[in-house]
Amino acid sequence: MSRANPFAPTALEGRSLGAEKVARLGFLVVTLLLLIPALGILAVLVVEGAPGMSLAFFTEKPRENGAAGGIATALVGTVWLTAVALAIALPVGVAAAIYLSEYARDNWLTRTINVAIVNLAGVPSIVHALFGVGAFVHFLQFGKSILAASCTLAVMTLPVVIVATRESLQAVPKAFRDASWNMGATRWQTIWHIVLPNSGSGILTGLILVVCRAVGETAPIMFTGAVFFRQLYPGGVFDKTMALSLHLFNVSTQVTNVPRHVPFAVALTLIMVVLSMNALAIWFRMKLRGRKKW
Amino acid sequence: MVSSPAAPFAQDAAAPALLTVRGLSIRYGAKVALQGVDLDVRPNEIFGIIGPANAGKTSFLRALNRMDEFVPDMRVDGAVTFAGRDLRTIRNLYALRSHIGVVFPLPVGLPLSIYDNVALAPRLRGVKAKSELDGIVERSLRRAALWDEVKDRLKNLGSLLSGGQQQRLTIARALSQEPELLLLDEFSIAVDPVTTMRIEEVLKELRQELTIVLVTNLVQQARRLAARTAFFLGGRCVEIAATEDLFNGGAKDQRTIDYLEGRFG
Amino acid sequence: MTTAQQPPTPHRGQPAWAAALDTRDRAWWNDLAMRGVVLAGGMSAVLFIVAIFGFIASQGFEFIVNRLDLGELLLGVRWEPTVEPPQYGALPLIAGTGWITAVAMAIAVPLAFGAAIYVGEFARGKQREWLKIGIELLAAIPSVVWGVIGLHVMKPIIQELFGVQVGLNVLNAGIILGLMAAPIMATIAEDALKAVPDSYREAAEALGATKWQVVWKVVLPHARPGLSAAVLLGIGRAFGETIAVLMASGHRLMIPESIFDSAATLTATIAAELGEAAVGGDHYQVLFVLGMLLFLITFAINLTADWIVRGRRSKA
Repeated sequence: MSRANPFAPTALEGRSLGAEKVARLGFLVVTLLLLIPALGILAVLVVEGAPGMSLAFFTEKPRENGAAGGIATALVGTVWLTAVALAIALPVGVAAAIYLSEYARDNWLTRTINVAIVNLAGVPSIVHALFGVGAFVHFLQFGKSILAASCTLAVMTLPVVIVATRESLQAVPKAFRDASWNMGATRWQTIWHIVLPNSGSGILTGLILVVCRAVGETAPIMFTGAVFFRQLYPGGVFDKTMALSLHLFNVSTQVTNVPRHVPFAVALTLIMVVLSMNALAIWFRMKLRGRKKW
Repeated sequence: MVSSPAAPFAQDAAAPALLTVRGLSIRYGAKVALQGVDLDVRPNEIFGIIGPANAGKTSFLRALNRMDEFVPDMRVDGAVTFAGRDLRTIRNLYALRSHIGVVFPLPVGLPLSIYDNVALAPRLRGVKAKSELDGIVERSLRRAALWDEVKDRLKNLGSLLSGGQQQRLTIARALSQEPELLLLDEFSIAVDPVTTMRIEEVLKELRQELTIVLVTNLVQQARRLAARTAFFLGGRCVEIAATEDLFNGGAKDQRTIDYLEGRFG
Repeated sequence: MTTAQQPPTPHRGQPAWAAALDTRDRAWWNDLAMRGVVLAGGMSAVLFIVAIFGFIASQGFEFIVNRLDLGELLLGVRWEPTVEPPQYGALPLIAGTGWITAVAMAIAVPLAFGAAIYVGEFARGKQREWLKIGIELLAAIPSVVWGVIGLHVMKPIIQELFGVQVGLNVLNAGIILGLMAAPIMATIAEDALKAVPDSYREAAEALGATKWQVVWKVVLPHARPGLSAAVLLGIGRAFGETIAVLMASGHRLMIPESIFDSAATLTATIAAELGEAAVGGDHYQVLFVLGMLLFLITFAINLTADWIVRGRRSKA
């Protein structure tokens, strides 16, 4: 009779190892259940939207309320909205992140700011829209305009910029600041010459995430500056404009006789922009993780 | 190590002190780090501070550089004067710090080129001319005994140098503003013995030009370098004496004797 | 130094360079100015959250003071703002929001927690990286694209699968919202699992527990506060979603009786009607009152979630 391997699993252990495999597999399946729809969506958009994609689709202005023609004015409008939103949200958000990371002490003010950021991030987009209507369209009298819509988007994306930037600032070693302060550098000189240049991709990531949000959001802009149909390109920040996201909403729900491929083609365009920006953000993050200078 | 002759350490006791400390106490929140310290540091002196961990040595250096401004719960009481100026009444603390160089236990090579590491502080204080900066960088690196090793690669990252080189880079950076006072906090912790010896030689040279407060965990290092030495313990300054006296049986306090003989710490 | 300030006493032998100690140069003033600038940046978040509430309340203020019947608004079953006399009973919208959020959570919670456990506890190396990226990209899909999916993809599938006439309904919107909320919940839940110290896992493994036993008996109980926060934030997200739900729910202003009924939510109703309501009129003001309600509920959800997470941290 051969001696049994003393380390071989006992019957009981064998059963729990079997259970372990089942558990592992089960959780993998759940994870895939979450991710497969994403791939499915992408596949559907590509298959259904591809017939509508052509160079003319991007360069022609829409006609017949979007049922025909291309998406040129919507595309340009989205660029306007995003750029103006970025110009507002980035400086404010980076300043706030610098304050929280470099100046704030643990006191009631800091806690208040943090609570405000958490809540600002959680406010529903339609509430941001109402705020935009009340504050920017009427109170500040921007009217329905790119400026009003972009301000609304900027307020909405502010927490994203703050959180991403703050994280990257806090990743800069404390010793660098200490060394700089001890040399007689002011707090601001230390931030400008040491902390910001070494915070890596943080601000860039914040920027990309803002672009993603601003490009994709519909509710905050539909009452503040984006219009259903406009064949003119915007000439300034006080113009109204079409936008890709609202255009997609319209050709999906409001306009009749839209060829089936049109909403899919617009959706495909939108998602390509958003996913490529996100992929870029992820790539930056990985690249920077790979080559820290300290 | 051959003990250095006593003569170079002789101090002009009558000269006005560069640094006077009276009744200095430091707290972090409720925790007391230093209590009632009185001492003077004379111009061109190397003043040693020895003592075990948590004696308050590092806190002492921080107070000299007014780093309490950057440490949220750090409270400093008592009077410190630097070159006759009360630190509490100085209107531009950044200017104060630019006259005091600091070297930390662990070398901090900023993620800049070697050149920029040394040129950073002068640039921040408004030096723009390339020729002037070149001069400062070379002089500072030479004084820190690093020039010969790095002169051909000044554009390389300072943070990629070896530990010993980075520590000398830190010293060069501290010297880049021609400070009146150099504070060294256990500089040899992360440095090999050979580099430690080189840096000690550098410090002896520097004594001609500036004043040094040397906090060290190595009692023999204080013996080699310092003219006078203070023994800190548990947040108090137990004893201050001429280093030679201290090591030659002149210590008055039993705790100092015990520490010097290695019975604790 | 905190003791009493003394006037600067120029030392007789004070060297020339010491004059700089009293000169506030450009860098000094610059530093002071930038301190103000970044403080203003930090305060902006507080300013905006206060302004959001203030502006929304002020737009609905006149109605709230003069004509608001809270009982009617919250419990009235007829939302007919355009008939004469108009009816502002928001119960159908509240019920629609509740139904759809519940369905969304029924889908999102198992998916998100399952994914979080797999990614956090089982997956390793490259696989883990890729799954995390997948979850991140899923979270990035814009809400209007989800709406298109609900409208054009989910609708026929639901009609086919369940043999129902109406494909735009609670189920459709719930699935869409569940998939939208799950990635965020998974990320927060994974953070909560990560926050459980490895020493706990090692201790359990040393006693011979299998990975699954470690997760079930040790990790999950310790991560409970973070997991609750994940659920709360997921609810907040599903609850506040607008465009996707407007497109996928069928937007019928009646109390749904099953998951196959169309329904309308608070958010979607504001989005659908704000453009048509006369500025300053009762209808317009009521929509702002609904907005206020949304704001207050999400505020409460976020505060609670934040409090749960912070409470855990301060105890740890």
